[in-house]
Amino acid sequence: MARGGRAGADLARLSAMRADIASIFDAAGAARVELETLQPADVMLDLYGEDIRARAYLVQDPVAGEQFLRPDFTVPVARLHMEQGLSPARYYYDGLVWRRQEPDVDRPTEYLQAGIELIGGADPAAEEAEVFNLIRSALGDLVDRVITGDLGVIFAAIDALSVSEVRKAALRRHVWRPKRFHALIERFANPIEPNPSRTALLSQSSVERRKVIADAGKFVGLRGEGEILERLDILDADAAEPPLSASDRAMIEAVLAVSGPSNEALAELRRICPRSMAPALGRMERRLDALAAKGIEASDLSFDATFGRSIEYYDGFVFEFRAADPALPPLGGGGRYDKLTAKLGGGAGSTAVGGVVRPEAMNAAETGA
Amino acid sequence: MIKLGLPSKGRLQQQCVDWFAERGLEIERAEGGREYSGRVKGADGVELVLLSASEIPRELAAGRIDVGITGEDVVREKIPVWDQKVRLAAKLGFGHADLIVAVPSVWVDVDTLHDFDAAAAAFRKRHGMRMRIATKYHNLSRAFFRDAGVADYQLVDSQGATEATPLNLAAEAIIDITSTGETLNANHLKILSDGLILKSEANLCVSKTSTASVTDIEAFLALVS
Repeated sequence: MARGGRAGADLARLSAMRADIASIFDAAGAARVELETLQPADVMLDLYGEDIRARAYLVQDPVAGEQFLRPDFTVPVARLHMEQGLSPARYYYDGLVWRRQEPDVDRPTEYLQAGIELIGGADPAAEEAEVFNLIRSALGDLVDRVITGDLGVIFAAIDALSVSEVRKAALRRHVWRPKRFHALIERFANPIEPNPSRTALLSQSSVERRKVIADAGKFVGLRGEGEILERLDILDADAAEPPLSASDRAMIEAVLAVSGPSNEALAELRRICPRSMAPALGRMERRLDALAAKGIEASDLSFDATFGRSIEYYDGFVFEFRAADPALPPLGGGGRYDKLTAKLGGGAGSTAVGGVVRPEAMNAAETGA
Repeated sequence: MIKLGLPSKGRLQQQCVDWFAERGLEIERAEGGREYSGRVKGADGVELVLLSASEIPRELAAGRIDVGITGEDVVREKIPVWDQKVRLAAKLGFGHADLIVAVPSVWVDVDTLHDFDAAAAAFRKRHGMRMRIATKYHNLSRAFFRDAGVADYQLVDSQGATEATPLNLAAEAIIDITSTGETLNANHLKILSDGLILKSEANLCVSKTSTASVTDIEAFLALVS
């Protein structure tokens, strides 16, 4: 598939396709940017964690150290924006990305992405609808199915639970690891009986705890006594906290099970969500209105509450376009990633939403190759 | 003719030699005992190849040796999609080693992976970096933590004396093989209660990619079974 578009008429068609996509992004007022191929490993590892090593190619430089070949453009664009702060903050790009694939999966490890990113906008719903519509326009009639989700709804549901901030933080941290997320829900609902030594430890005063720690051995590594004592306090509070209520559990599980046309999904969410989630559902409604204004009806837009949970940096609206041929990778997709900009900007974040298409997959879908 | 790969030195080699001796086969090094080749007395058509223990998985995967003895841990760590390349034909009862997650014994609040994950989140907030785990088993470690849903850690490469890395402040925890646990104790570490990644031992392994005759390989396996 990615081997196509390399020469002759095939290359000419791919080049024309890329030019058309660029003109769509250009007409939307975006500035073309050229991003660095090599991205600093520490920044990428800090954002994505160890799993990035299994997904991206690491190269060694004797002076600069480890660098990743960019596995996408979102992080390079966000870094460029944070460093140079161009205005207006609308960027588009077209270039190669590199992804390692599982050894037994026949997917390209090098392929083109063309995309647009809107950073720092003031009207989230309008910008989400705009990016969605630009990607949809770039893909034209190659699209067979579209799927959307909204991680903001999941975060709002976590926030609506009657549990401590510590438990909420644990759930928020694992939104992208569904299996662990559900294990946490189970644990909060049906607390595990602690082992006898843990029970004994928690029954002790802080003076006694210090002695237990001192007797347990030498401090090695950078985690110190203060951190251990602090966590014991958290364990105290956790042991005293009542279990997650059956109604709360039912609520969050029902939210995660919502799937169907977006208008029906929103109605269902309105029915099952507590009032405190009104702002998140309001954002979803304004987005659907903004999409409708562009001629995209909510009834034609399928929604799946769990969609987007595999991509760690998305934290709001997410979408993906697929071709009729299931063997082809997604033709395009994108979403909102406000928190990523905060992480890169050392706390000073902005709103950010973007999307990409994969020209070679489009070429393959068009030619049936 | 089939090629049998064995470790070229050390305790593991001696255990291999003993294991074959118990089955009436004598491992005999070539003239002078310095050349890394030889033969197996009692088994016709078997050529002996002596290799660095760490290279046996790679040679099996490439089909340059047909049968070899190595640990299950290194097969799983070093060969991508190992089960398409190598068959574990028999467990040999020696070379026992557990691949485990160990943390400082002084961490009285951390007994399980759940504890570890929570501690890692707090550690990252306080120190501005992910919790460091020293290991040479990068693939097995990542897969284990992904499955367990542990986040906020980073792997630090350590090719030897891994137990000492926390003492040297180069890591907070380790993932390594242990047999008795004594080295862990001596280095102020304890194993997490659910931190067993793999119970490994030496295996008789058969290459799935070699071009040797299946009949010859099966005959050899029957001889030593």
